[in-house]
Amino acid sequence: MLTIEHLSKSFGGVHAVQDVSFAVRAGTIHSVIGPNGAGKTTLFNLVSGIYAPTSGRIILKGENVAGMAPDALARRGLSRTFQNLQVCMNMTAIDNVMVGAHLGLNQNLFASMLRLPAVRRRDAECRLEAARLMDFVGVGQYKDADASQMPYGALKRLEIARALAAEPKILLLDEPAAGLNHTETGQIEELIRKVAQSGVTVLLVEHDMKLVMNLSDQLLVLDYGKMLAVGTAAEVRANPDVIAAYLGAPA
Amino acid sequence: MLAQFLQFLYSGMTVGSSYALAALGFTIIYNASGVINFAQGEFIMLGGMLAALMAGAGVPMPLAIVGAVVATAVVGLAMEKAVIEPARNAQVVTLIIITIGASLTIRGLVQIWLGKATHSLAPFSGDTPIQLLGASLLPQSLWVLGVTLAVVGALAWFFGRTLLGKAMLATSHNKLAAQLVGIDTRRVLLLSFGLSALLGAVGGILVAPITYTSYDAGIMLGLKGFVAAVLGGLGGGVGAVAGGLILGVAEAMTAGYISSSYKDAVPFVLILLILFFMPRGLFGAKLSERV
Amino acid sequence: MKVFQSRHRGLLVLALVLALLPLVLPNAFYLDVAIRIALNAIVVIALNLLMGYTGQISLGHAGFYGLGAYASAALTTHFNWPPLAALAAGALATGLLAWALARPVLKLKGHTLAMATLGLGIIISIVINNETRWTGGPDGMPVPSFALAGITVEGETSWYVVAAVLLLLMTWLALNLIDSPVGRALQAIHGSEIAARVAGVDTTRFKVRVFVLSAVVASIAGSVSAHYIGFITPGMAGFFHSIELVTMVVVGGMASVFGSIIGAALLTILPQLLQAFEGWEVVVFGVILMGTMIFLPKGLVPSIAQRLRARRK
Repeated sequence: MLTIEHLSKSFGGVHAVQDVSFAVRAGTIHSVIGPNGAGKTTLFNLVSGIYAPTSGRIILKGENVAGMAPDALARRGLSRTFQNLQVCMNMTAIDNVMVGAHLGLNQNLFASMLRLPAVRRRDAECRLEAARLMDFVGVGQYKDADASQMPYGALKRLEIARALAAEPKILLLDEPAAGLNHTETGQIEELIRKVAQSGVTVLLVEHDMKLVMNLSDQLLVLDYGKMLAVGTAAEVRANPDVIAAYLGAPA
Repeated sequence: MLAQFLQFLYSGMTVGSSYALAALGFTIIYNASGVINFAQGEFIMLGGMLAALMAGAGVPMPLAIVGAVVATAVVGLAMEKAVIEPARNAQVVTLIIITIGASLTIRGLVQIWLGKATHSLAPFSGDTPIQLLGASLLPQSLWVLGVTLAVVGALAWFFGRTLLGKAMLATSHNKLAAQLVGIDTRRVLLLSFGLSALLGAVGGILVAPITYTSYDAGIMLGLKGFVAAVLGGLGGGVGAVAGGLILGVAEAMTAGYISSSYKDAVPFVLILLILFFMPRGLFGAKLSERV
Repeated sequence: MKVFQSRHRGLLVLALVLALLPLVLPNAFYLDVAIRIALNAIVVIALNLLMGYTGQISLGHAGFYGLGAYASAALTTHFNWPPLAALAAGALATGLLAWALARPVLKLKGHTLAMATLGLGIIISIVINNETRWTGGPDGMPVPSFALAGITVEGETSWYVVAAVLLLLMTWLALNLIDSPVGRALQAIHGSEIAARVAGVDTTRFKVRVFVLSAVVASIAGSVSAHYIGFITPGMAGFFHSIELVTMVVVGGMASVFGSIIGAALLTILPQLLQAFEGWEVVVFGVILMGTMIFLPKGLVPSIAQRLRARRK
């Protein structure tokens, strides 16, 4: 599904990501972990088109998409959520989700202004689908609410609903459990599993080790922008470099 | 031929210096808060008008100048306290609109209080033109250029050598970081308004003997100063001064060689060109954005 | 559905008010004010789509308004064009100009559109001021009446009908737009541009489209106003008028179509009231701008709506 080849990104003298290569198989959950400053979010931003790489290739379903803009990537089936929550607080919850489905809807200015029957019909369908997605992620009770009225944990899930509304092939989740308590983290774990089971490939950045170990088919460990280890949860857990840099020696 | 060119050059640099001072005012406030202060032009106008008023009432010139500068600085401080600070956490668009409102209020009040007449200020050292390289230069122009250079030098010393100046610079680079090291960013913002008002007033007083002043002199001066600031990259003093001088000279050349009725369009054509071809201005820094 | 009902309800109320207003107003002078309010409201609604929903600020919209007005005036007076054709030509020219300006500028971040519109608006007003041969210069020029297929629109009553119908039409179009995929995309651009991009919204394209739309509407309103008032001056395209329009948006309520109508109404009536107090008009405008932004940053209608909603809970 997604192959990263020798990806590097430097900001002036800061080498945020250095020569990272890995492959994500379709239908799997692949996690990226590492200490703060390891380059995880930069990697995400590279894959989702917010940064252009200094060098390297990003192959999405056989096409090199390195440097493409986020909306071009969205059209190719890539969707993401944000660590610092990019929910549109000026809109209702359901409208937020409906924005996610933007690409499937009529984008013509005049058709919208005149409220042509075709636009109306597709909009009604989209609204139903958005409501269904809100139920799927577990925020169904906020269907009539404004985004600004929702609690933090619900907003995180709303963002996932928005990302899913785009019917992505691959979903990038940037620290979905950040700021969540124990119960909420468990719920997010369940949700991510449901998403993967529905056929969406998941690429995950997380600090919560339990979540990562429970969910991931493959792990990538980054440290100072470089790859430290790649493998299954068990392999990575046993890797001495990873233990030294990140997990801590066994008690 | 050369004489004519030099004539335009001199008048361009003169008016360009006043633009430079205005641009510095814009830049200081922009750096401290991200706000484009549309009332900057009114500070320039106030300087000239108040000085003219006091001089006309018999106050000795040096006192009138000092009085006008201080009064305008106070207006700047008052403006920050009254309307900027209450809204300091609002979006930048909101703050910009507030400054537009402030500029209207100041201008309207001056119009009511002082009427629509133009006022003039006596030139500082007489009005006998000096002959320089075949073209004549007003002694007032030398004052404008000289004082502007002195001001720029003083600002360089202030921002580079004094603790307060460095605190203001720090705030302009990263407000949060500045707060975290104990800099009172609210005071920095207040000071930036006071300083910009002061600079504007100085500029207004310097050119009043040449261009006269009236209640609506601030609009164009402010807008042109703003263009000069953008031209210079809204970053530092050098850019603002360069922007101001370039704008002034471009205007003068256009008025001289092309058409004097379109002189006023030059800054605005320039700003469109800058936005199209050089959005960071001449000296704007290259920034990378963090998400 | 909630949105469905409220949209129709609002339109119905507006239609009722517009229909009943002439019966209530004592004489032609008041009707004239109502017509001006309606024509201003049309521009303000369009500007609000840009400012309130897409989050961009235009400091030169009066320029587009003036372009429409002067295109209509000059083409009908100097070249004997039929008024409708002149109006269309003005709208087309404005649209092209707006597009040419917006495309390169909206790719940039920050308030570049504000600066560019500021520049363009002032350039337009300077050109209008200087090209005396076509525009009458600072003294202005008269505008022939609006005639279509032999019928001339004359008198306050006929014009009121025209203005009211146009306002209803604009309101309907705007409400439709907001409650559509395009409308949601616009609001998303304002809410979080990065989220909108990631969802597949071509943010630059949309920003440009809204900008061009609002410019064209301003131009059409300018043309209509020119024929109604019968005499135009360069001040129509001036910086202060642009600020007036922004004030109307901001006071009435950003991101509120009905707020725009209220804002237009309040700030059209205000200068009439202040006519006796020369100079105070500017001060009052300034104070209103500052006061609204400090105390009611969302504008009148959204703030009131919020209070009502809070009380209902």
